[in-house]
Amino acid sequence: MKKLTALILVLCMAFAVAACGEAKSDADTPDVKGEGVMTYAEYVAAALDTEVTIETYVQAKQGWWTDDQGVSKATFYTQDKEGAYFLYNMPCSEEEYSKLNAGTKIKVKGFKSEWAGEVEIIDATFEIEEGSYIASAFDVTSILADENALKAHQNEFVSFKGMTVEPANDEGAAYLYSYDGSGADGDDLYFKVSVGGNTYTFTVESYLCGAGTPVYEAVKGLSVGQTVDMEGFLYWYEGVNPHITSVVVK
Amino acid sequence: MRKTKAAAIAVAAVCLVSSLASCHGSRGMNEFVIPETFDESRQYEITFWAKNDTNKTQTAIYDKAISDFEALYPNISVNMRLYTDYGRIYNDVITNISTGTTPNVCITYPDHIATYLTGTNVVIPLDGLFVDEKYGLGGSELRFDGPSIDEIIPQFLGECAIGGSHYAIPYMRSTEALYINKTYVEKLGYTIPDIVTWDFIWEVSDKAAEKDEDGTYYVNGQKVMIPFIYKSTDNMMIQMLKQKDAGYSNKDGEILIFNDTTKELLSEISKHVENGAFSTFKISSYPGNFLNAGQCLFAIDSTAGATWMGSHAPLSDIHESKFVEFETEVRMIPQFDPSSPKMISQGPSVCIFNKRDPGEVLASWLFAQYLLTNEVQTAYSETEGYVPVTSKAQESPEYKDYLSRMGEDDQLHYDVKIRAAKLLLENVGSTFVTPVYNGSASLRDAAGQMIENTVKSVRRKETVDDAYFDKLFSDVNSLYRLDQRNTGSAGRAELGPLPAASKALLISLVTVWIVIGAYYIIDERKKKKMLNQRN
Repeated sequence: MKKLTALILVLCMAFAVAACGEAKSDADTPDVKGEGVMTYAEYVAAALDTEVTIETYVQAKQGWWTDDQGVSKATFYTQDKEGAYFLYNMPCSEEEYSKLNAGTKIKVKGFKSEWAGEVEIIDATFEIEEGSYIASAFDVTSILADENALKAHQNEFVSFKGMTVEPANDEGAAYLYSYDGSGADGDDLYFKVSVGGNTYTFTVESYLCGAGTPVYEAVKGLSVGQTVDMEGFLYWYEGVNPHITSVVVK
Repeated sequence: MRKTKAAAIAVAAVCLVSSLASCHGSRGMNEFVIPETFDESRQYEITFWAKNDTNKTQTAIYDKAISDFEALYPNISVNMRLYTDYGRIYNDVITNISTGTTPNVCITYPDHIATYLTGTNVVIPLDGLFVDEKYGLGGSELRFDGPSIDEIIPQFLGECAIGGSHYAIPYMRSTEALYINKTYVEKLGYTIPDIVTWDFIWEVSDKAAEKDEDGTYYVNGQKVMIPFIYKSTDNMMIQMLKQKDAGYSNKDGEILIFNDTTKELLSEISKHVENGAFSTFKISSYPGNFLNAGQCLFAIDSTAGATWMGSHAPLSDIHESKFVEFETEVRMIPQFDPSSPKMISQGPSVCIFNKRDPGEVLASWLFAQYLLTNEVQTAYSETEGYVPVTSKAQESPEYKDYLSRMGEDDQLHYDVKIRAAKLLLENVGSTFVTPVYNGSASLRDAAGQMIENTVKSVRRKETVDDAYFDKLFSDVNSLYRLDQRNTGSAGRAELGPLPAASKALLISLVTVWIVIGAYYIIDERKKKKMLNQRN
């Protein structure tokens, strides 16, 4: 019995080391940018409305659609090992969209822009490259109240720990359909959570995680006063407005 | 031989039935005929696709209207689906026309209806229903006090006519307003005229864009200032052209927008973008957010967005700590000729989709008409700077009382909102709409796109000159397929490939004729053979 236990422990350790090693190498191997490609620091330093070329990895995607002029496009949350890039309405075919899964490396050329505080790349083109990377969530709970520190992580995949669900309206609802409750099931969910005496509005963006997804249904099951851990993307709309992808009630 | 004949007849019959079925499918639905009476012994379930301005009060008003209506007509239940965007309603309707699953009642724009009309009998023409003695406007059998046809503001009703027939009823009307930070304009040494001109707004905006060496704007002491922001650049171009009496399009769907005046307007706009004096919603964000944060002097948005405007705005997306105190002024949009102002009339209308059951259509019409009752009209119009579309509601004591209490509070009687509504009430005669035809929605988009592209290009330091505008015209013309329109047949869609049902019909017809021909030949041969045998 002891031998069996020891064997199991050894195997577990071996798996753990292997898993750690893989994660470590993924995270620790610096990105080597191709020719003419900006580093994240160069991207941050670039002025708005200038052309930028970056290499990044898709972390999540939302809302593939075709406009009235027949142009198909979608929005992507992407990140390299230094920082994040939000690709807004990037033209792509349905076939391309199906290939742009989490981890996929892409080279993107577009214009740096800002809309309501959200820094993004618009009018972009892309090509898929060899490579894969999925970012781990960076815990921003302790810097939520510091807008400048937080903005350095804009669009990154982040986590929030031990936050308290607050009433979303005067009637004490735990969440609202649309920002003021004017929506219906399937629309964006808005809920409020607090930590350190400050309250923030978080969103389940329906194009990213719509009705029926675990996070959408989990938020609909929240009660005021519950403590929750969350993950999501640090989106900005007139201030921080994370797009939440998971909620765990403690 | 008998078997051959029977088989041939059977095949012919099948093909004929198929051809008839295809024929039925390709023709769409039958023309709606108003039933003699509304069958109250039957239960009707109708769907209503509504649009709200992300405003929970509007949602509540729809809910109440539905429950009040259902109480009056217990055999009709109304299922509402809410949208916050006309474009999404349009796209969903187009998708559902092809599957025969359109809603019964739908909030929409006449531009969009013009496209819906390319299907046969898809949208109900309402002229017959308007005057129906029992169920028409003010009809004898109605269970509510609705308006007569004379009590719908004629101009608003006229906007719902396409090709001589009314395909919608107006629901609410708005226009655009210029919301001004009066405090900052006066700080710059200017006095706001009763009618603001384009020259005035550009001059003050350029002045407000001046900043010190550190990038701090003199007028607000902040690092952010976009003096003039326009929400709808479609409307901006359309109204500028109208004020200039320049070409846009005509009722036949002829595209006239690619002209020298358009170039001059874009050139003028580009100069002020270069000065940092102008931007758009699509490029920067909602004008109201900048206005309320003291980062914008002139915000042009719909009067239906008035509750988001001003330092005491009851609705806002920005944190209360970002609000700046200032005096808000409301004016009509800038004009080239103040003696002859022109502004767009806009706002939701309601159309009814055809169904196989005329009783269901009549139930839909009753509900659509209920939306014109005073209670719904006044309640909904008071949520924003809308105006009721009936004189019956506009002249009601309740609505007059509402207007008279302007500024009493920052909620229902918020002064900016009521001033925006009054702006339209007092200037209905100066409003206009653009010609409606299949494709007019694309031209509208194209009009705005030219401003958006120009603004983007200037911000990106591209050269914006005559050659640029020529290429812009060409690109937009092509992107919006304006060059593919058949101007001689306004109202007709680009036909494209034949629909499957039509192909089936043609194939069936050919097959029927082949089978009939084959049968004829076989029969003739048989007759000859029998004749030969007899001989």
